[in-house]
Amino acid sequence: MATPSRARPGIWSIRGPMSQRRYWMLAAIGLIVPVLAWWAVANSGWVEKVFMPTPGSVWSRTALWWSEDNLLQDAGISIYRVTAGWLLSAVIAMPIGLLIGTFRPVQALLEPLTDFVRYMPAVAFIPLVMLWVGIDEGSKVAIIFIGTFFQMVLMVAEDVRRVPAAQIEAAQTMGATRMEIIQLVLLPSSKPALVDTLRITMGWAWTYLVVAELVAANSGLGYAILKAQRFLQTDKIFAGIILIGLIGLIIDQLFRLFHRKAFPWMHTKS
Amino acid sequence: MDAHKVVTIAPRIRVRGLGKVFGEKPQQVEALKDIDLEVCDNEFVTLVGASGCGKSTLLRIIGGLEYQTSGEILSSSKPVAGPGADRAMVFQHYSLYPWLDVMENIRFSRRLRANRHDITSADVEMASGRAEALLNLMGLSNMAHAYPNQLSGGMQQRVAIARALMGRPEILLMDEPFGALDAQTREVMHDLILHVFKLEKATIVFVTHDVEEAIYLGQRVVLLAPRPGRIDTIYKVPLPAQRHQDMKHAREFLDLKKEILQRIRETSGMKTDSELLEQLSRTAGNQ
Ligand SMILES: Nc1ncnc2c1ncn2[C@@H]1O[C@H](COP(=O)(O)OP(=O)(O)OP(=O)(O)O)[C@@H](O)[C@H]1O
Ligand SMILES: [Mg+2]
Repeated sequence: MATPSRARPGIWSIRGPMSQRRYWMLAAIGLIVPVLAWWAVANSGWVEKVFMPTPGSVWSRTALWWSEDNLLQDAGISIYRVTAGWLLSAVIAMPIGLLIGTFRPVQALLEPLTDFVRYMPAVAFIPLVMLWVGIDEGSKVAIIFIGTFFQMVLMVAEDVRRVPAAQIEAAQTMGATRMEIIQLVLLPSSKPALVDTLRITMGWAWTYLVVAELVAANSGLGYAILKAQRFLQTDKIFAGIILIGLIGLIIDQLFRLFHRKAFPWMHTKS
Repeated sequence: MDAHKVVTIAPRIRVRGLGKVFGEKPQQVEALKDIDLEVCDNEFVTLVGASGCGKSTLLRIIGGLEYQTSGEILSSSKPVAGPGADRAMVFQHYSLYPWLDVMENIRFSRRLRANRHDITSADVEMASGRAEALLNLMGLSNMAHAYPNQLSGGMQQRVAIARALMGRPEILLMDEPFGALDAQTREVMHDLILHVFKLEKATIVFVTHDVEEAIYLGQRVVLLAPRPGRIDTIYKVPLPAQRHQDMKHAREFLDLKKEILQRIRETSGMKTDSELLEQLSRTAGNQ
């Protein structure tokens, strides 16, 4: 007698299979339920509108912000600051991390130091930065830089160290010079991991941006949130937070899209 | 006077009094001690021995990826001072470049030379012909544009071998290149590598822990003994140059296999299986 075919393992088995359709259905539920809960609580009258605005009022506040208060300009200046601080970090951290991950003397010289500095809270540097740089654009960029740079150096170094030794040694036995190994093996091999590092640090850059704008700015999304608090415009605080979340999500997805396009070999499994 | 001159051909690889100690003072490991070995031009030598006896270390020192702590080593009569294109290496794992397709992997060594200035367009043309030829030789002509992670383990190792051969190395060093493959694929690879050996006239040093593989491929089998790693016995394989799978059942083949296995067991310093099993069952009975 033929043995009955085994049933497909359930979705609750460890790392069990799940169809695309089910996945997106659950994802949609995961997103919609909190919004519904928010809507229900805000409209129930249990909490005062000042503490918990309704989704509707947040939406209309956003529209008002867009049409009369120049939302685009606030978002633009914030995006500019994040990008500038993060880019400055990346431009300096990439070569330093590459050197740490490649040459032992550089590692000995710089890694313990970087490890130490990264445990100093970037937020605590704000008073110092304001003393040194003032409160113009430079100070925001500087705070984002301090918050992301040291972590980025260590992550880049680790990405480069993760390149399998056999890849390097194969190149050596084909006669590659040190420069060629860096250019033709270390960089291309670690590139996907480097893009991921850039994506993750971009998220942190947003956190430090808001901190910087809360203390030392007169424009930007963080500043708008702070100002809204003074006028008890809770709906605008909500709008600001959600906007930052959305911008972050979009940037993250763009990074992932780039990853898929730039490294097809990682995403083509047989 | 010239008529009396004796012509001696220098060996392709000459290892003399070679020793290797890993680590610094309190925790040193003597991986190799007093290794003397000569490998002739166009010879196929296999290295076997118990795990940890220093096979990989010896191969890596010949390849220039590791340095010796005593003794000397000459390749084509020149002291080995580091890795070089004359000694290509094939690893067991993870050495292909996953971001390059099969063809680009095979031509990797050409990309290195392309950065240098002594390259003519005739060279480039010849190289592309060679890459094609190697691809065909390895039976991968319809896989030229696949990425390594789309290939089976056996195909990946064939690409790695083609890539190593691309630069026409005098010496091919292989460290358990088929260790991760299944038995059937391995047999196919054995005949392929013997074919390559005949065609390319390279000198091959091949590390394996599979004694049958060592005998089938090698003209000589070098047995290393552990702690410290040293050469125990060198066996000359009593088989004709042209190997065939059926020879694995021949009397001489089986006798030699038995002898080598026996010797590995003796040198590894481990208890024989029967003793160990007896001991295990006794402790189990006590519980
Ligand atoms: N980089 C290293 N640092 C310290 N000790 C090492 C290093 N590489 C190898 N050894 C030691 O040298 C000895 C020989 O190692 P090797 O890898 O050459 O053995 P092997 O014969 O290739 O073993 P296997 O069959 O398991 O591959 C072992 O005792 C090992 O622990
Ligand atoms: Mg080994």
